[in-house]
Formats: sequence, C-alpha cells, structure tokens
Amino acid sequence: MEYVNIVFEQVYKILFLLVPVLVSVAMVVWLDRRVWAFVQKRQGPNVVGPFGILQSLADALKYIFKEMIIPSSSNKVIFILAPIVTMTLALISWAVIPFGATQVLADINVGILYLFAVSSLGVYGIIMGGWASNSKYPFLGAIRSAAQMVSYEVSIGVIIINVLLCVGSLNLNDIVIAQQNLWFVIPLFPMFVIFFISALAETNRPPFDLPEAEAELVAGYQTEYSGMMYAMFWLGEYANILLMCSMGAILFLGGWLSPIEIYPFTLIPGAIWLIFKILLLFFLFALVKAIVPRYRYDQLMRLGWKVFLPFSLVWVVLTASYLFYFNLLPVN
Amino acid sequence: MIAHAIFFYTFSLIAVVSAIMVTASKNTVHSVFFLILDFISISCLFIMIGAEFLGMIMLIVYVGAVAVLFLFVVMMLNVAQQKNQWFAGQQSSKHIPVGLIISTLIFVEVIIVIGGWKYKPEIFDINNSFAQTSISNTHSLGQILYTDYIHVFQISGMILLVAMVGAIVLTFRQRSGVKRQSYIKQISRERADGVEVLEVQSNKGVKIDD
Repeated sequence: MEYVNIVFEQVYKILFLLVPVLVSVAMVVWLDRRVWAFVQKRQGPNVVGPFGILQSLADALKYIFKEMIIPSSSNKVIFILAPIVTMTLALISWAVIPFGATQVLADINVGILYLFAVSSLGVYGIIMGGWASNSKYPFLGAIRSAAQMVSYEVSIGVIIINVLLCVGSLNLNDIVIAQQNLWFVIPLFPMFVIFFISALAETNRPPFDLPEAEAELVAGYQTEYSGMMYAMFWLGEYANILLMCSMGAILFLGGWLSPIEIYPFTLIPGAIWLIFKILLLFFLFALVKAIVPRYRYDQLMRLGWKVFLPFSLVWVVLTASYLFYFNLLPVN
Repeated sequence: MIAHAIFFYTFSLIAVVSAIMVTASKNTVHSVFFLILDFISISCLFIMIGAEFLGMIMLIVYVGAVAVLFLFVVMMLNVAQQKNQWFAGQQSSKHIPVGLIISTLIFVEVIIVIGGWKYKPEIFDINNSFAQTSISNTHSLGQILYTDYIHVFQISGMILLVAMVGAIVLTFRQRSGVKRQSYIKQISRERADGVEVLEVQSNKGVKIDD
C-alpha cells in the first residue's frame, strides 16, 4: 500500500509538471509564429481564439485526424520509434528543472550533467528518423544534424564548465543560489552569447536549421513523416527549445531568483520569474529566426570548432585563473 | 530493497539481452542501436550504485558522441551489404580458428577473474558508509583525481591528445589545386567592391572588365 501511495504521489507530481509544459509548448509555437510575422509586417495566426492563441491546438487537432503514412520501404520499427524518442527525451529532461528552492521533481546531485546528457541524446531521434525513412533527403538531413549537434555540444559543455567553476556544484539549485548576489550573465557575458548561439544550433533553429533546410532538403529528416508522428517531432523540438531557454535562464539569468531582492519583487513566486526569463530567451530565439539568414554548412562547422571552442576554452582558463588568484574558488 | 532489486535485475537483463543482440542481429544499424541501449542500461546501473557522475559521463561520452560516430560509419559504409557479399563467398571459414583462439583466451581470463572473486557481504555496509558522508560522488572523485592521482590523470590526458593529433596527422592530406575560401575576404567585402553605378549610354553599352 505504501508503494502504491508513493507511486501515485509521483505520478501526480509528474503530471503537474508535464501538462503545463505541453500546453506551454503549444502556446510558444503560436508566440514564435506571431513574433516572426510581426517582424515581417504580417499578422500571423490571428483567427482561432483571442489573438489566434488557440491556433496550435487547432493544428494539433488537425494532425491527430490526419492519416499516418509509413513508407513501404522504410524500417518500420525505427521509423515509428524516432518521434517517440524525440518527444520522450524532450520531456524527461524537465524533471530536474528547479522552479523554486523546493519546487523540483528530482533534485539530483548531477542535475546539469543530466540535462547535458539528455540533450546530447536528442540527436538519436533525428538520426533514427532520417535513416529509417530510407530516402535521400531525410538521410542527408539526419547526417547534417548529427554532425552539427555533436560539434555544438562540445562548446556548450565547455561553457557549462565555466559556470561550474564559479559554483562548485553540479546541482541546479546550487547553481541558482550561487547567483544570489550577481547573475552569471554579467561576469560571463561572452559565454552567455556563445551559449545562446550554440543553443540555436543544438535545437536546429534558424540560422542553423540546415537539417531541415526547406530550400535544399524539402523538410530534412521530417520529410516522410505525417500526421501525429510529425506533430510529435514538432512538439519535441519546441519542448527542447524551451528546455535550452530554461538552461540558459538557470545558468546565466539566476533561474528562479527575482532580479532585485526587495519587497514587492520577493512576493512573486520563483516559478513566475523563471517562466518570465524562459519567455524572454524564447523571444530572442523567435527574433533570430526572423532576422538572420541561414548559415552555409562549412561556415557553421567553422564557427563551432574554430571560433566557439577555442574561445570558450580560453575563457575557462581565464575564469579559473581569476578565481584562483583572487581566492574566490568555491570550496566547501 | 525489493524495489532496488527489481530495478537492478530489469536494467541488467536489458543490458545482457541487448549485448547479445549486438552480435546476433543481422542488420548492422540495429546492432548499433542495441549497443546504445546497452550503454544506457549500464549507465543506469552505475547511477543505481551511487556512481552518478560516472553514469552521466557514460551517457554523454559513449551514447552522445562515440555511438553517434559508430552510427555514422555504419550508415555511410552500408556494412550490411558488404557483409552479405563476404559471407556469400566461403571465405569466412578461414577466420574461424583465429576467432576460436581469441574467444578461448577471453573465456579463460573470465574464468580466472571469477575464480578469484569472492562475494563480500560487507559491501553493502561500505556503500552505506559512503552514502552517510556529506561529500557527493562527484566531489570525492575530484578530490582523489586532482590530488593523489594528478600525474596519472595528466598523463592519460596527454596520451589522448597525442592519439587525437596522430589520427589527424595520419588522415590529413594536402591536396593541390583546391580553391580555399577566405572568410575574412568574404566578410569584409563592401558594397563598393561589388557594385558600381554607371550611366549607360544608348547604343554604346558598358565595358566589362574582370
């Protein structure tokens, strides 16, 4: 009986986290399209519901009722597994995101490593989808995406090392609390910029959306997908984008901390501040999509390996030596 | 404790079955996917015994990077086709003695290791004593690696670096006649370098020079 109670409590907690995440993914797709439209002096989706806010729900309904086509020459098991893997990986990483000092599903010691590991697994959904489709365009998209995600993970890892040097712990709540006096965006501003750009590449967002570059590859790895499976890719992708935004908010923008620790601001719960910061970063993601043209593939690789990686490595040395000589290293 | 045992046996069963499937499955890409499943369940086992750092690093390095490269190679080379051709010609029987010798060697080694291994009932007490200290797994690993074993750690890092440089040197070819793009030249190109406004006179045209 005790076990059953524990299981029910956990399931309740998980649902309380996942349902808002899924709903906010739908809202964020609408926000993305709306920002994109406004930059281009268009209206964007504005018909379904007030300001078109229910557009994503209508789209989802459409996808659910559409026929799922599985190509006859595809590898069927892996073809069906791919969107499931993408979506699952995008959702399980939310378990460690802290929405407050105690409001976290799993407060594990190696939270940031967990996030990094899960985001590095994200490439499998894309490779599986691209390979199982057994078609040229999806395969090319999958190969591009794998190379791109592996290269940009390296610089994200080095950036995380920068932050960890200042914190002295891999726990996400410790990372947030270490920013009580000064958000890391101020001392580590160049790292924040590189993290943001690497996050764009990691989530296959424009200007690094070569895996699904519609001008060259139809829709990249998603070409053969239809109906609900396509919608799952799409949900997983946006959940990943939100996750990268929350990672940026936690690592650099103080997570659930309020910007100013004075009376009226401290009343607002930490979850609201975190959501506000995530939305701020997402707004930047949407703006970048609208204003920057797509990178050429060799330039993308050069940016990852020859610019970001050496630069962030040098910053690791700088941060470490600064902390060492001014005796600021976090020692417990 | 029962829940712990259930999870342990689930993960180890998945690990063993997928390890068998790596060698048993006909499709090479499938065996790479089984290898990935194996890595994931082993990292789950690492996390279960409290080695959370190792488990996560296993996920990041092996699943996130190494297995992706495996998949790359297997998908690009189309190994399945080659293997079928190879088996079609009766050449495979030549390699059976070598395989037998190697597998007997490995079998003997495993027997020696298992023969010298004794079950220690106090292992759970040691685990508990680690759990009671306030130092986390990552901290204790770092404290040992960067103090007592710093030289060994640095030397292994150097070996990896040398291996990486060696691999690059071995595969690097300087090809002649390749036009390289200079990014600085491309980025620093101004409007004045590329566009010129001319008054074109009727029936005379413009002289194009390049």
